[in-house]
Order: sequence, then structure tokens, then C-alpha cells
Amino acid sequence: MADKNGFFDLSKTTLSRRTALKGIAAGAGLALAPGFVRYSQAQSSAPIRIGFQSHRTGIGAAYGRWYEKTSAAAVKAINDAGGIGGRKVELVIEDDGTDPARGAEVVNKFAKQHKTDIVFGTLFSHVVIGSAPAAGENKIPYFVVSEGHHVASTKLNRYVFQPGITDVKSQIQSMAPWIAANAGKKVTQIFPDFAFGYDHRDYLPPALKAQGGEVIAQIAIPPTESSFTKYFPQIPAETEVIYHVMVGPAVLTFVKELGEFYGSQRPQLFGFIDSLEAVDINSPGLEFLDGSHFWEGSPRYAQPDDSAAQKAYRAAVGIDDNGAAVGDAKDVSTAAHMFGCWETLYVVKKAMEDAGYKGPEDRAKLVEATEALKEFAEGPEHPQGPKTFNGKIHQCFGIQNISKVEGGKLKVVHKTKIEDGLYEPEGDYTTQAL
Amino acid sequence: MRFGPHLLLAALEGLVTSAVLALTALGLSLVFGVMRVVNVAHGEFFMLGAVLAWAVSTAISGHPAIGFVAALVIAPLLVGLVALLAERLVLRRLNYNPEGTIVATIGMLYIIQQLALTFYGPEARPVEPPFSYRILLPWFGYSGYKLAVVAASAILLVITWLVLTRTKIGLIMRATQYDRETAQAFGIPVERVYAGVFAVGAMLAAIAAVLIVPISQAHYLMGQDPLLLSFIVVIIGGLGSLRGTVVAAVLIGLSDGIVSMFFSPTLAKIIATLIVAMVLVFRPQGLFGATSR
Repeated sequence: MADKNGFFDLSKTTLSRRTALKGIAAGAGLALAPGFVRYSQAQSSAPIRIGFQSHRTGIGAAYGRWYEKTSAAAVKAINDAGGIGGRKVELVIEDDGTDPARGAEVVNKFAKQHKTDIVFGTLFSHVVIGSAPAAGENKIPYFVVSEGHHVASTKLNRYVFQPGITDVKSQIQSMAPWIAANAGKKVTQIFPDFAFGYDHRDYLPPALKAQGGEVIAQIAIPPTESSFTKYFPQIPAETEVIYHVMVGPAVLTFVKELGEFYGSQRPQLFGFIDSLEAVDINSPGLEFLDGSHFWEGSPRYAQPDDSAAQKAYRAAVGIDDNGAAVGDAKDVSTAAHMFGCWETLYVVKKAMEDAGYKGPEDRAKLVEATEALKEFAEGPEHPQGPKTFNGKIHQCFGIQNISKVEGGKLKVVHKTKIEDGLYEPEGDYTTQAL
Repeated sequence: MRFGPHLLLAALEGLVTSAVLALTALGLSLVFGVMRVVNVAHGEFFMLGAVLAWAVSTAISGHPAIGFVAALVIAPLLVGLVALLAERLVLRRLNYNPEGTIVATIGMLYIIQQLALTFYGPEARPVEPPFSYRILLPWFGYSGYKLAVVAASAILLVITWLVLTRTKIGLIMRATQYDRETAQAFGIPVERVYAGVFAVGAMLAAIAAVLIVPISQAHYLMGQDPLLLSFIVVIIGGLGSLRGTVVAAVLIGLSDGIVSMFFSPTLAKIIATLIVAMVLVFRPQGLFGATSR
């Protein structure tokens, strides 16, 4: 095919000496521009810069938006109260496209170009796993809010922490007794075919077995799937409980097609709210979920026994009693997860102040100070509930909520205890060199 | 579930995929056939159709069917308008240069996608189906709306075929496709035909999207899969061949439904891609495509 207009003929664009000189001059000017001036005065006056690895685009975009809102609210609250060690906090946001390769690039960019103090905020497990090596190489602390078991598995590295949200293994272990006792003993699992789904695949069967239950089928679904009916024949007829944990934009279809497939003759349903984060529970087609149960990290709907801290947190982030943005009932939040951003930032504040953190040269001290943390009391800094922290596996442990869909709302019917979710550590990050 | 019902379910699912795919791929095939433009932004017109369907149906209150019918009319028209603008402002200025238009439509893909993200947001939003009738079979329930989608798509395909073969507009389009210069010499306003074809191609994708959006949801990234599958269908069927497009869509849709149900969805994708490779090696013009002149 002829290139008649010469779109690809690079020889046409000649570079004159004058153009080249202009370019060099412009580049030099940019480098001298105010934004590039390093703080040469005392470090104490410069803000603490937190690199926020955000899922602004890609399949995690709905989460990314709410993670940003929550983090901005937490930073505002921290700054209004005097910042961290008297210094203001500033978020530097980069989009990772919910993509592991870009995630690693973003971590490198934070470490080398923005020179942020830490990296923070990642949710999707494959992005965390893809980015963690970059954090280790740059020796920059990486605080994730991901829920996966990968941090606690000690398979990542010493710079990765998850102090603001519990991990899947602990969640499953603490909820399995309730499932076996209240929903049913013969369970079919439906989960996404990547790391986060595998946590569920691997940890539910033993947890359920310990309670006299049994996983009779496991159905992995590719994360990009858009139609699900074709998987439903794999659900054995004797299934008492369908345990579903799906992520991504097609989850509504999943529930609707399940409804069409089963009608009213359905098994019990137990799901992770991950399936329906940022989705209105009263959307058309979701009537099918009425009476089913969900895990929630933090309840989406305001509960009658909410603490003052929980109420203050909801007001600060800007969500109403239905878990939607104040002023826009259709803009439903990712309430079950995003509290983790708020709590993680307060953990960072505590650890930085404990370490007497001054700047990037103190990153190792920050890691050790974080590892030394033991527990976080419930309160304005930890509105979801009390937590303990295991410095060896860099993971916190807390309570879980099981909620029932009732009258178009999620009502918490059971809260687990911290002890229910504790397990033997699988390793020890503190033995790794800093 | 026993084999018979299982196969029936697989075939039903495959038919729905085929129906939507045939409409989308037809738009792509038409644009290539007449204009020789490979429209990489085709999937984004599909997405735009779904997003606009959501916007229209939420703006109109009352019975969901009213909103849906309004969306079925308004969304494709708006998408056609966007396509018309793109054709005027971009493709025409590139003189429909084959390489230039590929790069330009890649650019359009990103622009449309990011505009959707900015103004519509990252959420997947549902559109209520015009009716929700659940067909109760002895072994499983099935969505009545899905079968209606298959029927609607078949009707639209027949209409397109009639327009192409029985009307003067169709004759003009075929003449332009056959030989642009001669058509122009005979007084056919080729540029206007191009503009019209590009708009109609985008509208076909938009109609497919409006039909599918009550089943799946409107999401700003939903254009990627249809684009890929449409290319597969068009390559197998033969670029520019209506019959080939429909046959290939049914083939790919059914094999996807059946293989992914009895084996795995990944295997279905492997097979589809393998068929494309085989067709490219042994019959580069596609099953029904004419050899290039």
C-alpha cells in the first residue's frame, strides 16, 4: 500500500540547528522551573510525600476513585490535626491502569522521579504482586490496601505492608464456622481466575472442612469474562451454598444470569461484597440476591450500633447512610474496602512518628518502626474496629462483618472476633536484610 | 446436568453471542468493504452505543420498555453522528489512506474511551430490559430477552441484506465498493457514500450494543472484546462479504458457546484464533471473500 501522503516518511521532518537549540533551551528552562527545585532548606519544612498508586483506569477504576476520595479525606484530617510529626502530608497520584506491569513502572517512578517517601494504596492483587519487587529494589516502603493473602504469605519482600485491611485467608477462616452452621455444608465456589480468586480457592476448603463442611466444586472464571450462564451447569445439583467472589465490571451480569438460571429454587448464596462494590444493591436484576449473605470489611449501610468514630469517618469521606456519595444516591462507594486507606494512612503516621522519620534516608527505620507495631485501638483513626498487627508477616488482623440483604439494604447479622481469624505465620519478613 | 440439556444451553448461549457479533462485525466489514478503511475504533462505537443507551434509558421514566425503545432509536443515531463527524474531520482529511486511517482510528479509540471514562465514569451500569420473561425449561431457566435479541438481530441482518441488494442506495454502495474511480466517473458522490457507510457501520455496532446492554452492562472498556471478535469474524468470513460475516459469526459464536461450556473458555479462544490463522494461511481472502483485484 502506497504511503501517498508521506505519513510515515520520517526523512521529511528535518531537524534544523535552530530547532535543536530551542529544544535544549526549553529543556534547561524546565529543569530550572520552580517545581524541580529540591527543598534545600531544613527537611522539616517540606511536606511528607506519599506516592498513591491508584487504579484510575482499567477494571479497578471504580475502586480507584473511592480509594482516592477516602485517602484525600484522611490526609485532610491528618493535616488539619497538624500533619505527621508536624509536617504536612501530600498525595502524589499516578495511575497504574490496574495493570501489573504499569504498577511496577509507577513504583519506580515514585522512587526515582517523584522521590516520594513511601508508596501506598494499591488494591488489585495482581498489581500488588507485580509491583512489590520494584518496591523491594528501590527499598521504598509499600503500603497496600489489597485484602489478598500475598503480603501475609511472606512471599513478597520486607518493604511491603498491609496494616489497614485483613487478608483473605483470615477472612475465610473466621467466617467458615458461620457458613457451615447457617448456610449449608455442601459448598460450590465460583471465583475469578487470578491471584485473589486463588486465595479463596486454597483457603476455603480446609477452613470449611474444620467445621464439618465440604467444597464439592470449584469453578474458576477468567476475569475478563462477560457472560456466565455457560459456567452454571458445572454447579452440582446437591449444592447447598454457592460461594461467589467475583470482581470486575461484569458482576451484575453474573448475578442476573444466576437468577435467570435458578429462579426462586436457588441454593443459599454467600458472597464477598467485592462482587458488588460500587454497585447499587437495588439495581434491576439484583432482586435475586434478596435474603443472601455477604462478607463486608466495613458495612456499606449505616448500622444502628455504629460507633461515633464510624459516623465521623463516614461524614469525613462523604458517604450517606446508604453508602453512596452525599448528594448523589447513584454514586455507590466501595465502603467494604476503602476504610483500609484511611486506617493505613494513620498507621503510616504512627510509624513515621515512632521512627522519627525525616526523609527517604530513614526508610529502613520506618520499616522497623512499622514492624514494631502491635495493635490499633478502635477509634477515629481505626473506625472499622480494633486490630492487631503481626510485624513478622506485615499483616493486620481484625473483625469481619457478615451482612444479609434485606429490604434492599445490607444488614450486619454477625461480627467475627479478631481471634477467629488468627493463623500460624508462614514466614518472617524481619529476617530479611533491609 | 445431562448431555442433551447441557448442549441446548450451550447452543442458546452461542446463538446470543453470534447474533450480537454478526451485527457488530457487519458494521466493520461494511466499512472495510466499501471504504477500505480498517476501523480500529469500531469497538468504541459499540461501547458508545451502550453508554448512550444507559443515558437515554435513565433519562426517561416510566415503563422500562419505553426507555429501551427510545435508546434503541436515539443511541445509534447519536453514534452515527459522532462517526459522521469523525469521518469528516479525520478520515477525509487523510484521503482514506489505508495506513493513515489505521493510526487515526487507533487515536479515535483512545479519545472515545477516555471521554467515556471522564464523563460516564468507571462503573458498570445496568440498563433494565424492556421485558423480563424467564422461559422455564424442565432443566433450567433461560432469559426470554436473550432469545428476543437473537430474533431482533436476525431481522436487522435481513433488512441490511435487502437494503444492500434491492435498493438504489445498496447499488450505489456496491458500485463504490467494486470500483471507486469508475463509480465516481458515473456521477456517484463517492465521498458522501463513504460518509454514509462509515456512519451506518458505527450505527450497526451501536444497535448491537443497545441490544446487549440489558444483558451485560455499559462499561467504558466493553469495546475491546467485540472489536477483537469482529476482526476474527471478518477475517474468517472475508472482508467486505456480508454472507461470510454472518456465517463466520454463527460459527464463532456457536463454537465459543459449546467449546467453552464443555471444555474451557480459554480453549474456545484458542480455537477461534487457530481458525483465523488457518484461514489466513490457506484462504487469505476469507471463506466468502473475493480475491483482491
